Amino acid sequence: MANPATLNTAAASIDAVGGMLDGPQGPKPRKRFTRNNIIIYGTLIVVALYYLLPLYVMVVTSLKGMPEIRMGNIFAPPVEITFEPWVKAWSEACTGLNCDGLSRGFWNSVQITVPSVVLSIAIASVNGYALANWRFKGADLFFAILIFGAFIPYQVMLYPLVIILRELGLYGSLTGLVIVHSIFGMPILTLLFRNYFTSLPEELFKAARVDGAGFWQIYFQIMLPMSLPIFVVAMILQVTGIWNDFLFGVIYTKPDLYPMTVQLNNIVNSVQGVKEYNVNMAATLLTGLVPLIIYFVSGKLFVRGIAAGAVKG
Amino acid sequence: MAASRPSTLLRNLNAKIAAIPMILTALVVFTGGTIWTVAYSFTKSGLLPRWNFVGLDQYERLWGSRRWMVSIENLFIYGACMLVFSFVIGFILAALMDQKIRFENTFRTIILYPFALSFIVTGLVWQWLLNPDLGIASVIRAMGWESFDFDPLYNAQIAIYGVLIAGLWQGTGLIMVLMLAGLRGIDQDIWKASRVDGIPAWKTYIFIIIPMMRPIFITTLVIVASGIVKVYDLIVAQTGGGPGIATEMPAKYVYDYMFGGQNLGQGFAASTMMLLAVLIVVIPWAMLEFGGKKRG
Repeated sequence: MANPATLNTAAASIDAVGGMLDGPQGPKPRKRFTRNNIIIYGTLIVVALYYLLPLYVMVVTSLKGMPEIRMGNIFAPPVEITFEPWVKAWSEACTGLNCDGLSRGFWNSVQITVPSVVLSIAIASVNGYALANWRFKGADLFFAILIFGAFIPYQVMLYPLVIILRELGLYGSLTGLVIVHSIFGMPILTLLFRNYFTSLPEELFKAARVDGAGFWQIYFQIMLPMSLPIFVVAMILQVTGIWNDFLFGVIYTKPDLYPMTVQLNNIVNSVQGVKEYNVNMAATLLTGLVPLIIYFVSGKLFVRGIAAGAVKG
Repeated sequence: MAASRPSTLLRNLNAKIAAIPMILTALVVFTGGTIWTVAYSFTKSGLLPRWNFVGLDQYERLWGSRRWMVSIENLFIYGACMLVFSFVIGFILAALMDQKIRFENTFRTIILYPFALSFIVTGLVWQWLLNPDLGIASVIRAMGWESFDFDPLYNAQIAIYGVLIAGLWQGTGLIMVLMLAGLRGIDQDIWKASRVDGIPAWKTYIFIIIPMMRPIFITTLVIVASGIVKVYDLIVAQTGGGPGIATEMPAKYVYDYMFGGQNLGQGFAASTMMLLAVLIVVIPWAMLEFGGKKRG
C-alpha cells in the first residue's frame, strides 16, 4: 500500500519542483538528444512496440477476410476491412456443442462477475474492518491462515470444494461459482481493506464509539463513505480477476453456463472444421475487451490494485 | 462480576459475526480442504473419493509416470527462464523508466496492459503469432531469410519456449511496476552521494540499489514463483499440452486426472506435490518476513 502511494507522490513532487524552477532563474536546459536519452527512449520505444504488436495483430487479423489471411503477412493492414468475423464470433461461432457464438459466454460472464464482485467485496470489506478496528481473540490467527491460503495452489482445494458445493446442492450452478470466487478473492481483498482501515485515524473510530455508535453504524456511516477509492481499487482487481478466470469456470459450472474465457477456448481450440483465424482473433479480442477497457480507463488505480496485492502491509 | 460483564464469547459479537466467512474459509476450505486432499492422496480413489488406504502407491505411480516427469521438467525450464528473464527485463525497464523520462505513463500503460488480459487470451494470441505457416515465421521467410525455422508449436524440442515467450509478454509488466515502486522508495540522497563519489550508475544499481531493494525483490519473487507453479490456462489455450506431451505442466496433470481421467488418487497425489513445492518457497520466506515480528 505504501509503495504505490509514494510512487504517485514522488512523481507529483517532481512536477512541483519543476514548476517552481520555471523562468529564467532555472538551470540551463539540458540538451534533448544526449547519447543517454537516445538509448533510453530508443529502448523503451522498441519495447513498447513489441508489447503492442500482439494487440495490433489481433485487430488487423480480425478485420481481414480468410483469403487475405492465407495469402499475406500477418502484420499487413487489411486491404478490405470486413466486420464479418466480429459478427460471426459474437453470434455464430461453434464450440462443438452449439453454434450461438460468444454472446452466451459473455452474458454468463456478466452473471458470474457482477454478483461475485459484490459479494466478495462486501464480505472482505466488513472483514477487514473487523480486523482493523474490532480485533477479537484469535482474529490474527484466522487472518494468518487466510493469507497463507493465498499461496496454497488451488489444486489441493479444488476437489474438497466440489464436495462442499455438491452437498449444498450448488455444484454446477452460477451461485456455486460465485461462492468459489468469493472464497478465493478473500485473502487479497481482506488484506487490502484491513490495511486501508488501519491507516485511517483511530480518533475517528474512538469518537464514534464515545458517541455510542455500534459496529454496523460505524461501518456504514463513517468507514464506508471515507473509503470509496479503496472500493474502486478492489472492484478493478476483482472484475478483471474474475472475468479472466478459466479454471474455476470450467470446474464449477456446466457447459451452458461456461464463462466467456472457457467458451473462447472451446471455439478457438475446437478441432472440427476449418480454422478461421479472423473469427478466432475477433473472439479473442472480444473476450479481452472488458479487462482492457477497465485497464485503460482506470489507469493508476489498476496499478495501485496490483501493487496493493503484491506489497504486504 | 459475571452479571456486569457479558461472557467472553458474546463480547465483540458483531465483529465475530462479520468474521464468520473468513473463519469458515480459513478453517474449512483452506485448512480442511488441504488436509483432506493430502489424506486422500494415500488412497486408491478412482471415480469417487474412497477411503481405502494404499500408502505411497499413488506417489510411486506419479514419479514413475513419464508425463509427470515431463511436467516437472517443463515447470523447471519455464520457471527458471521466466524468473530470470522477467526479473532482468523488468528491472532494466523500471530503471529506464526511473530516469525522469517524459511519457512515463504512456510507456507504463503499454508495457503493463498484457497483464490485464487473461492467460487464455494471451495463449491464443501467441498461438496465432507463432503459427508456423502464417505467423511471424512466414513473414521472416518472406523477407528473404528462407531457411528461418522457429515453430515452437509443432517442434516438441522448443515448444516450452513458445509458451515462455507468451508468459514473459504477459507477466513482465507486473515486475516492472513493482520494481519501479521499489526504486521510487529509494532515498534520492543515495544517488547524490554516489554521484559525488563518482561511482558509475550501473555500479550504483548493482552494489547499492539492488541490495537495498531486497525486501521488494523477495516479495515479488514469492508472488511470481507461486504463480508459476499454478500455470495452467496458458498451456491449455496455447498448446493444449502438446505437441504430444511436450508442454505438459503439473497443474494440468492434476486437472486431467481429477476431472478428466477419473483417477482422483493420482490427482490428489500430484496436487500434494504442488503444495509441497510451494511450501518450500513460501515457508522460509514467511519465517524471514514475519518470524522476528509479532504482528503478522
